[in-house]
Amino acid sequence: MRNPLSQVVQEIKPSGIRKFFDIVSEMKDAISLGVGEPDFDTPWHVREEGIYSLEKGRTFYTSNAGLKELRVEIANYINRRFQISYNADKEILITVGGSEAIDLAVRALVNPGEEVLIPMPSFVSYLPCVQLAYGIPVIIELKEENEFRLTKKELLEHITDKTKLLVLPFPNNPTGAIMPRRELEEIAEVCVEKDIFVVSDEIYAELSYYGERHVSIAEMPGMKERTILINGFSKAYAMTGWRLGYVCAPEIILSQMLKIHQFAIMCAPTTSQYAAVEAIRNGDRDVAEMTQSYNQRRRFLLNEFREMGLECFEPYGAFYVFPNIKKYGMTSEEFAEKLLEEEKVAVVPGTAFGDCGEGYVRISYAYSLERLKLALNRIKSFVERHRGDI
Amino acid sequence: MVELTELRKLILGVIEKNSRIDVHELSVLLGATEIEVANALTEMEKEKVICGYHTLINWENTSDERVNAMIEVQVTPQRGEGFDRIAERIYNFSEVNAVYLMSGGYDFLILLEEKTMRAVSHFVSEKLSTIEAVRGTATHFVLKKYKDHGTVLTENKTDERMVITP
Repeated sequence: MRNPLSQVVQEIKPSGIRKFFDIVSEMKDAISLGVGEPDFDTPWHVREEGIYSLEKGRTFYTSNAGLKELRVEIANYINRRFQISYNADKEILITVGGSEAIDLAVRALVNPGEEVLIPMPSFVSYLPCVQLAYGIPVIIELKEENEFRLTKKELLEHITDKTKLLVLPFPNNPTGAIMPRRELEEIAEVCVEKDIFVVSDEIYAELSYYGERHVSIAEMPGMKERTILINGFSKAYAMTGWRLGYVCAPEIILSQMLKIHQFAIMCAPTTSQYAAVEAIRNGDRDVAEMTQSYNQRRRFLLNEFREMGLECFEPYGAFYVFPNIKKYGMTSEEFAEKLLEEEKVAVVPGTAFGDCGEGYVRISYAYSLERLKLALNRIKSFVERHRGDI
Repeated sequence: MVELTELRKLILGVIEKNSRIDVHELSVLLGATEIEVANALTEMEKEKVICGYHTLINWENTSDERVNAMIEVQVTPQRGEGFDRIAERIYNFSEVNAVYLMSGGYDFLILLEEKTMRAVSHFVSEKLSTIEAVRGTATHFVLKKYKDHGTVLTENKTDERMVITP
């Protein structure tokens, strides 16, 4: 029998998280700080709206682009929040989570052999999406000394005449880094000057604890026409399982993304779309409350790290901290495995988010303070015990 | 009326759910100094914004029997004294947990906690109904508490998320 498999798929590395997941799942009393989703339940009024839509028998397909009502609400939200106006009919598409939107954007924009800039450490799916689209991923290794922000210099160094697209993953998973307005303006200038398009993954936009609220690159002069803005309901409204994201982009790009979406997906889940209308209309208070909790936990963790001497730059976004573990003389994977073995605390090795995550681990604070306290006590004994190893 | 600063609002938000938290931890969570937090707490205590640090106890999980009743009370307000004087006569009883002046079909709502039903009935017939201004009462007994002070008492939540996700 000949090889049944596509070469490009075979070349994709399986997710680095998998192996670790298997070990943790089998350990009964482990405390996991390894999840990438909120610990809050979807607010009840949102769940209730989903239930109501089922009771009313709203169980059919929606239009390919998604419920008009929802697209209008998204346009309003983007407008009041970022002062960018999108046409709800032609420039907004509801997707199955932010993940689908990433895939659509890359496939709609990249020709075989064109280069896509991916800052790393970052979310695990940018790289395989580019590979599947026969693009050439070009990795920009972000640096702790820059607080894992993308600098103009780093961007310029990686641009060639084949560069088509920049993935901009901020607020960032796994580092928690954000891009403040000033730095973002510099990136935008380069993109305009070098004629580069941007896929801006802003799924954590609402979870930002910096002085100013999250800024979108699409707000910058000359950027709306070259930005594919991705957002969704998973993180802000604690709706991961509903699988609902969206993308805002110029019509010329969105219409092509819509084609892939309509043939591959048809439409996003109808129940989720009805629930999302309620979330975006009446969910501001929930978002504010959850953000406040995350921010408190973030401060708590950073303070604990300081006290136990675990180095960590201050992250201002998402719900992750990314401490530097280099001084313990272990790789990220060794650190994570030992921590799990010895103290039964699960964190994710930084290398799961790119080779340049070596020397770091991702700790999620999508957990109650009580749970974090318990876990942090164990981490404290661990780092104190291994300080002598060096 | 006391104007609440941003820090005070944040403090109240935390201690409303967790009054045992200490000043140090509060200051860490809120990104303020311990002195700022301690001062704000002392001032709010003085101003009677913070009226106590109570504990939410679910007696149903103990062998200790408690009877909770809600009593609607209709009264005839006294000239020159209004409702406040009557309320005072009611809330001074130590078994009365709360007294609210209500809009609608009756005037006061009393939350009462007693050891036995007989004690409740004794309170209503001997203490409450005999107050001159009281025209009528309706007593409702609590059968089960599902949620109290914003806290669900009846369910044990488990974390159903997968242990590691990207």
